[in-house]
Amino acid sequence: MDELIDLLTTFPPEWQFSLGNAVDEVIKTFSRNHRDVLSGIRSFIVGGIGGIQKVLLWIPWWILIVLIVALGWRATKKWYKGLLYGLMMFFVASSGLWTHMIETLSIVIASVILSIAIGFPLGIMLAINTKVERMIRPILDLMQTMPAFVYLVPAVILFSTGKTPALIATTIYAIVPMIRLTSHGISHVDKEVIEAAKAFGATTLQSLIKVQIPQALPTIMTGANQTIMMAMSMVVTCALIGANGLGMEILLATNRTEMGKALLPGIAIVFVAIILDRLTQAAAKKKEEHI
Amino acid sequence: MDREIIIWAEHVSKLFGERIDEAKTLLEQGVDKQTVKQKTCVTTALWDVSFEVQRGEIFVIIGLSGSGKSTLIRCLNRLHDPTSGKIWLYDQEVGKLRKKELRTFRRNNMSMVFQSFGLMSHRTVLENVAFGLEVRGVRKEVRLDKAREMIGLVGLGGCENQPISSLSGGMKQRVGIARALAAETEVLLMDEPFSALDPLVRADMQKELLEIQRRLKKTVVFITHDMNEAFLLGDHVAIMRDGRIIQTDTPENMAANPADNYVKNFINSADRTRVLTAGQVMKPVACSSVIGDSIARLYQSMEEKDIDFAFVTDPENKLVGGVTIKSLHRNRNMDTISREVLDIVPAVAHPEDHLRKLQEMCVSSDYPIAVLDVGGRIVGEFTRTILISAI
Repeated sequence: MDELIDLLTTFPPEWQFSLGNAVDEVIKTFSRNHRDVLSGIRSFIVGGIGGIQKVLLWIPWWILIVLIVALGWRATKKWYKGLLYGLMMFFVASSGLWTHMIETLSIVIASVILSIAIGFPLGIMLAINTKVERMIRPILDLMQTMPAFVYLVPAVILFSTGKTPALIATTIYAIVPMIRLTSHGISHVDKEVIEAAKAFGATTLQSLIKVQIPQALPTIMTGANQTIMMAMSMVVTCALIGANGLGMEILLATNRTEMGKALLPGIAIVFVAIILDRLTQAAAKKKEEHI
Repeated sequence: MDREIIIWAEHVSKLFGERIDEAKTLLEQGVDKQTVKQKTCVTTALWDVSFEVQRGEIFVIIGLSGSGKSTLIRCLNRLHDPTSGKIWLYDQEVGKLRKKELRTFRRNNMSMVFQSFGLMSHRTVLENVAFGLEVRGVRKEVRLDKAREMIGLVGLGGCENQPISSLSGGMKQRVGIARALAAETEVLLMDEPFSALDPLVRADMQKELLEIQRRLKKTVVFITHDMNEAFLLGDHVAIMRDGRIIQTDTPENMAANPADNYVKNFINSADRTRVLTAGQVMKPVACSSVIGDSIARLYQSMEEKDIDFAFVTDPENKLVGGVTIKSLHRNRNMDTISREVLDIVPAVAHPEDHLRKLQEMCVSSDYPIAVLDVGGRIVGEFTRTILISAI
């Protein structure tokens, strides 16, 4: 009797199988067989991020702050907001987190560049080709619902630890809104406007470049803004796989249960995120007013 | 006017759906489109439509929403591909054009004006108007010059560098028209261009379109759901219902001889005084006399017919004036009708005048209105009673 109840209430162990091991095996084999390619990619990415970082560090801190004040002023049209953003940056610098912030920023910038470079053309393809759309959309759903941590493991297996897997994982996580909103923007351009382009004899490319992309630009910019914000949040998580920067500071402080030391980089991340968001959002809005 | 036909459409049909062959068989058996939709899920936008458009005319296609008129106009430049049937412009069969030829065809032969304008809001007025020439690869200075000229023509001079969002509806459609004109195509497709505008602006735009048309002599295919607009603008009007054309005719003939009750009802929705002309409704002159004729004879004939007014003409039937029975009575001592006897200067109209114009004359005149031909000869008369029975 008891045995029967057992059988009905628990999933039979002999029916269970371990897909996880198989996946591990596939990725490991892949990594072993393509070591040269992977290390090529790795050194390219490390070089790229290193370059961005060098440029950012080369700019004197005060110039960067003045630049933020000016951009903030122009974007929001309110001088006190620009000043506020400048103060936020000053706070980060005075907390001794300047270099860490630059490290974080350079990964974010690199991953945003990558996301836009891949996501923008892919989004356009999605919008104009229903076959591609049907293939890609479920993958996008998967990428968006999968917990972000899951990307960390294969990235580490393929590229070991450090900035490279951080960039890959961040990009996979952050590229989705770029693709989605580009596609959405392009396919929701006023039907008559597209018809007008066609009726006057525009080629598909002419219609795309002269009409659809400019008309969709506000939506595309919103996509870029969301991509930046998601990259910012993911890059912090990437401290877990050895990406230096603000996230790493928090991770270290948390491990040592040093509340104050964890709080400061936390605030710094919030500040950087606010500034990035406001500046890019203002740019998107400006485009929208134009349209 | 030469009657050169430049657009032909023959048996054009457009079906939307999967089971098109099945639907076609049903339609050929005469099944109506609602039943076809139920049985096969195929929407019949157009079925067996044929018409021809002459060079230099405004050809109006009128119908309620869902009658297929927008689909039809889009078949002309292949924004929609007809399911079957043929369309020609000049000697080119539009349906046979390949992708590249179609592009050239659209660039050089037909331009289009849209109901909700279809303007590109990221461009200025000038850049919008120059669009057609831009995709054709015309040099920048040349196309901007042409665009400026057309902007002036539609009365938007000075607005060249404004963003589209700053314009009113009427101004936006002027930009739409300028853009179509700048492409310098002979044929203009206009898909309900004035439907989105408020009535006063619409009337202005109609007037202006006629003015532009008088100057440029384009061939216009014009879609509308407003009978007044159709009759005002159209040299020929085709009326559509459920994807078919049920009558094509000149406004005058259509108003006078509607093909069926549907057309009749449609026409009744229009203001008939804008359509019917004096020539169509006038009656033969009830009583007239020639100058120099006997007063007594005219007096007698008027007494017999019990009318108190007569037109007086010269021997060539040209109108000289009008006389009342009272005046004849006063001058009964004279022998013949002379100019002194005539006591009325009758109001005059021409056969092609619309009733709308005659309406006002009827109100201000107590006597019949004389309808004169070009030579000043009297061809008929027009009274309040005639006017009322015509409307």
